[in-house]
Amino acid sequence: MLIQTIANSVVAGSVYAIIAVGLAMAFGVMKMANFAHGEFFMAGAYVVYVFYALLGWPFPAAVLMAVPIVGAMGIATERLIFRPTRDNVMAGFMATAGLAFILQVLVGQTWGVGLMRSVPTPYMGAMDIFGAKIGWQRVLVLPSAVLMLSALWFFLYRVKAGKALRACAQDPEMARLQGIRINRMTMLAMAISGASAGLAGALMAPIHPVTPYMGHGVILTAFIIVVMGGMESIAGAVLAAFLLGIVHTFVTTLSDAVTAQMVGVACMALVLIVRPQGLLGRVKA
Amino acid sequence: MIAILALASAAPFLARAYSVEVLILFMINLILVCSYRIPTMTGDWSLSHVVMMGVGAYATALLSKWWDLSILLTVPLSAVVAALVGFILVTPLIRTRGFGFFIASFALGEFVRLCWVKFRDPFGGPRGMIGIPSGELGGIDFFEPVPYYFFVLVFAFASLLVMYRIDRSRIGRTFKAIYTDAELAESVGIDVPRYRALAFATGAFFAGIAGSLLAHRLGAVDPKNFDVTTMVYLIIWIVVGGTSTFWGPIFGLTVMSVVFEWSRPLLEWRPLLFGGILIFFLVFLPGGLESLFGKIRERFFARKPPAKGSPGSSAT
Repeated sequence: MLIQTIANSVVAGSVYAIIAVGLAMAFGVMKMANFAHGEFFMAGAYVVYVFYALLGWPFPAAVLMAVPIVGAMGIATERLIFRPTRDNVMAGFMATAGLAFILQVLVGQTWGVGLMRSVPTPYMGAMDIFGAKIGWQRVLVLPSAVLMLSALWFFLYRVKAGKALRACAQDPEMARLQGIRINRMTMLAMAISGASAGLAGALMAPIHPVTPYMGHGVILTAFIIVVMGGMESIAGAVLAAFLLGIVHTFVTTLSDAVTAQMVGVACMALVLIVRPQGLLGRVKA
Repeated sequence: MIAILALASAAPFLARAYSVEVLILFMINLILVCSYRIPTMTGDWSLSHVVMMGVGAYATALLSKWWDLSILLTVPLSAVVAALVGFILVTPLIRTRGFGFFIASFALGEFVRLCWVKFRDPFGGPRGMIGIPSGELGGIDFFEPVPYYFFVLVFAFASLLVMYRIDRSRIGRTFKAIYTDAELAESVGIDVPRYRALAFATGAFFAGIAGSLLAHRLGAVDPKNFDVTTMVYLIIWIVVGGTSTFWGPIFGLTVMSVVFEWSRPLLEWRPLLFGGILIFFLVFLPGGLESLFGKIRERFFARKPPAKGSPGSSAT
């Protein structure tokens, strides 16, 4: 029972990490706070629904399709919403709330609002770890998260464009003086951000109810993680994601899902009171 | 002012029953949207204001179902409860500023809302509560739309008057000073956290009035009515109108209510329209409609601007 819960926590933490990293990254570069991040998650799930469940593509191919499609949505959001509202964080955030409405309606009107779309699980059966049973679909999430996070780490710390992105997050003015194009960097950040949300949605599609409103629950969790981690810190987001994964899973097992959400929010409030800059956040100069 | 009041008094006799219902909701939303402007005066945009309205609604539901209190008591008491809850919530929120405040208020508001979902007793769980009496006063049953319309009108007028006085008072100017430059305000001896808490609690107080009036009208409260989707609609009203003057939010609500009624045939497509409007205003007209008046006045009625003001040079 305990091992089962721990295993579930790790899986939940991995999903949260994939989602929250994108959100933290976009916020780090030029303070782009994306309220429609949950809807990007939803879009990723619908890409899998269309390609895998409707068109009959193999599941991994459908998941890989979600990455560029939702990444492109991220780029479009940057170009049409975040760039014009760059001087005001709140305006961009509220405008993406409008975008969330639009995406919900478009998806709902295209594929129906009522019943959830069922995406059959491609990998039946469960894995046995010390007596804990985890469905293969869930097991799959963990290596995906590790792969994605290490790819991101490699990109940010070893590739020139990634270093430029970090420089831009630290000090946009200075980065520009070094010849880094801010507009290209914000676009890149939103592409990665969208792609990660899309990937998470795609992986979760077979085990998460796929509805136009599935982003609602995700966005609150994602923002709790990002605030706890320190808004702009990617490492902080990963740490907070796993912490919250543990907290949510244990409370859900002991009590129920609503209580788990409440405890999560309470954790965030606690972090804000004790350490307003977040777990791994930098103190503002 | 008197003309508007006279028009508002005559309105229910000119309109059909259905329209009176719409007018009642409009008056309630009017209190809500104006109360939202109070915390925004200090620069604190909260995402939990609709939840504060919900606190008022739930307080009304409990007060009138358990103790069978008169509607004259439930409305002010619910407002006090909402103000108290607002004060409790704002205590940790004060430590954050700007965007952090926005997100943290979202999460804390959601916490309160989840309490209603979780505790079936006394809040009724995910389905909310039903059977809230519509109230009566001096033998007049407020189930009838027209008497209730006047009841709401009195409260709306009184609330707006008080909020207008707050806007003009020393406290209101202090709020604006905090928004303009918090550090400067602090250095001249303004207790910034206390005034921000005061602004939030005052906003919650009036939101509680709106929630209480809504609960009596609908006869039911549902936690889904106070979720973030409703909050986004409130933000749309206030963004369309603008927040720098007292009249901005009122104007925005009026325009968007007309759009809402007019777009009734669109049904499910309506959120798309509203989302589009929100994006349009934030990108192209961040000051809201009220800033248009300023621009028009500048262009047509202002005396000749100083010579340096060539078109496009100075953006104001």
